[in-house]
Amino acid sequence: MDRRKSIKALIVGTVSTGVLVEACNPGEEKKTEAPKTTEATASPETNRMKEEEAHYKEVVAKTFFTPQEMTTITILGDIIIPKDEHSGSASDAKVPEFIEFIVKDIPSHQIPMRGGLRWLDVHCLSRYEKAFSDCTPQQQIEMVDAIAYPKKAKPEMAQGVAFFNLMRNLVATGFFTSQIGVKDLGYAGNVPNQWNGVPDDVLKQYGLAYTEKELKECVSFT
Amino acid sequence: MGDLQIRKQPKNYDAIIVGSGAGGGMAAYVLANAGLKVCLLEAGPMFDPKKDSNQLKNPWESPRRGAHTKFRPFGDFDGCYWGWEVEGEPYTQTGNKGTTNWEWWRARMLGGRTNHWGRISLRFGPKDFKRKSIDSLGDDWPIGYEDVKPYYDKIDQLLGVYGTNEGLYNDPDGFFLPPPKPRLHELFIKKAATGIGIPVIPSRMSILTKQINKDRGQCFYCSQCGRSCKVYADFSSSSCLVIPALKTGNIDLVTNAMAREVLTNKEGLATGVSYVSKDDMQEYQVTGRTVILAASACESARLLLNSKSSRYPNGLANGSGIVGKYLHDSTGADMGGIIPHLLDRKRYNEDGTGGMHVYTPWWLDNKKLDFPRGYHIEYGGGFGMPLYGFEWGIEKINGDGKIMGKAKEPGGYGASLKDDYRRLFGAHVGMAGRGEAVANINNYCEIDPSVVDKYGIPVLRFNTSHSDYEIKQAKHMKETFKEILHAMGAVVTWGGDDNEKNNYGIHAPGNIIHEAGTVRMGNDPKTSPLNKWSQAHEVKNLFCVDGGPFVSQADKNITWTILALSMRTSEYIVDEMKKRNI
Repeated sequence: MDRRKSIKALIVGTVSTGVLVEACNPGEEKKTEAPKTTEATASPETNRMKEEEAHYKEVVAKTFFTPQEMTTITILGDIIIPKDEHSGSASDAKVPEFIEFIVKDIPSHQIPMRGGLRWLDVHCLSRYEKAFSDCTPQQQIEMVDAIAYPKKAKPEMAQGVAFFNLMRNLVATGFFTSQIGVKDLGYAGNVPNQWNGVPDDVLKQYGLAYTEKELKECVSFT
Repeated sequence: MGDLQIRKQPKNYDAIIVGSGAGGGMAAYVLANAGLKVCLLEAGPMFDPKKDSNQLKNPWESPRRGAHTKFRPFGDFDGCYWGWEVEGEPYTQTGNKGTTNWEWWRARMLGGRTNHWGRISLRFGPKDFKRKSIDSLGDDWPIGYEDVKPYYDKIDQLLGVYGTNEGLYNDPDGFFLPPPKPRLHELFIKKAATGIGIPVIPSRMSILTKQINKDRGQCFYCSQCGRSCKVYADFSSSSCLVIPALKTGNIDLVTNAMAREVLTNKEGLATGVSYVSKDDMQEYQVTGRTVILAASACESARLLLNSKSSRYPNGLANGSGIVGKYLHDSTGADMGGIIPHLLDRKRYNEDGTGGMHVYTPWWLDNKKLDFPRGYHIEYGGGFGMPLYGFEWGIEKINGDGKIMGKAKEPGGYGASLKDDYRRLFGAHVGMAGRGEAVANINNYCEIDPSVVDKYGIPVLRFNTSHSDYEIKQAKHMKETFKEILHAMGAVVTWGGDDNEKNNYGIHAPGNIIHEAGTVRMGNDPKTSPLNKWSQAHEVKNLFCVDGGPFVSQADKNITWTILALSMRTSEYIVDEMKKRNI
């Protein structure tokens, strides 16, 4: 197969699926019909062994977090990654649904997440006589400030710091691997193209240049 | 189980090949094209990258965003079925004092692990075949570079590899396609490393930067060779050897066939292979004039050791007692950091080919060092596709003024944290040393006397450890990486704290996935199961063409040499069969 034909075959092959067609229309993304969004994001044509299929079905058949826990995860997620002038928030990118899936897929996250959420509620209860999600936004931020900065947090907050670190990592990984997050980052790859080296203006910016040897021996496209 | 019986295939083949990875795929290709009738047994299912690759999928198309599972330890889109564990197929460790557990990667699919491998295609050099003559350690091969060179030349042209002829004695020139230009971080690495006397040259990868035949496409620079390539623009045994060879009509491919034993007759010759089908759990036997093992170094040793008879009480081809011994992997140690100059980079597509565009071949003289053998350095970094684990642990990084430009309270949340992620994207750099361990008779796999897998096949038990040679090499790697990172103005963020207490972060044996040495070749039947043609000394119609025959494995990833040796042995088999010697 020649190069042009092979790329065309690839593009036709992938864009013919629902998921990728949607991917081409970012504006459409907010339309949610199915509540189980984690299932909706599983591309049907992703190559899977039968053992993987069985594992996936088992994972999505279960529900791990309670509605109360999901509420807290959603609030925390949007505190960690809020909407700004560039892109939407963690919940816009369905990060809570991703977290529900991933703790079932990677069970070692389950106890730290469940226990961390309870730790947070118990601390809010003693400070504000309310669970975290029932606190005022100001109280929530006050509580988060006590655990979001590992170096300045008080020693008795150590467990809360560990929980918030995990939460920050899960939220960010969920957000920046979503369609909204990848676009925000400006990741420009994952498309058939011709690598022709670092753009000239970038080379110039860093005071670099290709050697004559490199220009002579490397693939280049005009 | 009342109806359990052994089903014998009526056809008598010219050759039965066990395993369809690099070694088995090449043997099938050569034999089938020579007109021989081949039965190819593969322990996993069919896999054709054209249809089955997960290339060009976006992270959100994976519900786990590309995180690994036990099914795909290199991530949800990776092109290899199974890895460190295979359901129903355990392995064990002796746990002897001073040993480190062997980590055993097993692929179960057509093409084996070549569907996802790094495509780093390095020839061994003249010194690599004669290490004992140089440093008195280990053993020399019974063959030299001049014996293998014609086959390297052929596979370079048959399968395609990019790189450059640099005239380096022990990193020989070849037939190279043009390499891709270095990426931005690779230019930083090159400038820094060459400035302190460490060479950086174009990498040598079996990826087609030019089209080489009508059956395979040209690279379109998505960087995802690890997922296998839909247009066959990189080398996999499935796409480039087995699938084309099936078109000859000379191969019967049996997938999901887990080999149990090599069968022998009264004369002591191999007559076939027995296997269990994973599809119907029935027992089968196939017969043929020759048996070629290519099941992976350890699986081939396991098969031989499990093929016991009154004539071969130690297992087949094992009068020497050497089968399973001299098991070794590449050494490995890694380090990485952030290049502060690259914060807030301009965005553009720098995917390039899979893996690195430049690397460092071994450059030093061991006479001036406290360890034998060398290592090469592989480089990574840049704008990779964001996947699960993206900037995990940012709380250890985003407060550091040396990285971020000015110090602030680490961790945090909100708009400024969100901005930190953007700023850091594309600023990471990493390096990995991959070196030569000295093959050692005390590192081995053997049959565990009391454990079987779900098919009732006795499993392997491993006994491996690192010697001072390997640990000192890892120490040197770490020192080198620090120097390079320092020279490029990078801040080390991982792998920088390893020390003598953890053997300088050296990877567990097996972890680099270059298993070799278990069925080694040699001129003396007392110290080697195979002769210089990878033919069993004791069973003339039995061969092994995976990593098993390696006497030593250089600091070069072994696939290109497995391919060259398998082609050499396969041509020898064709010749010997023509002469009716086997």
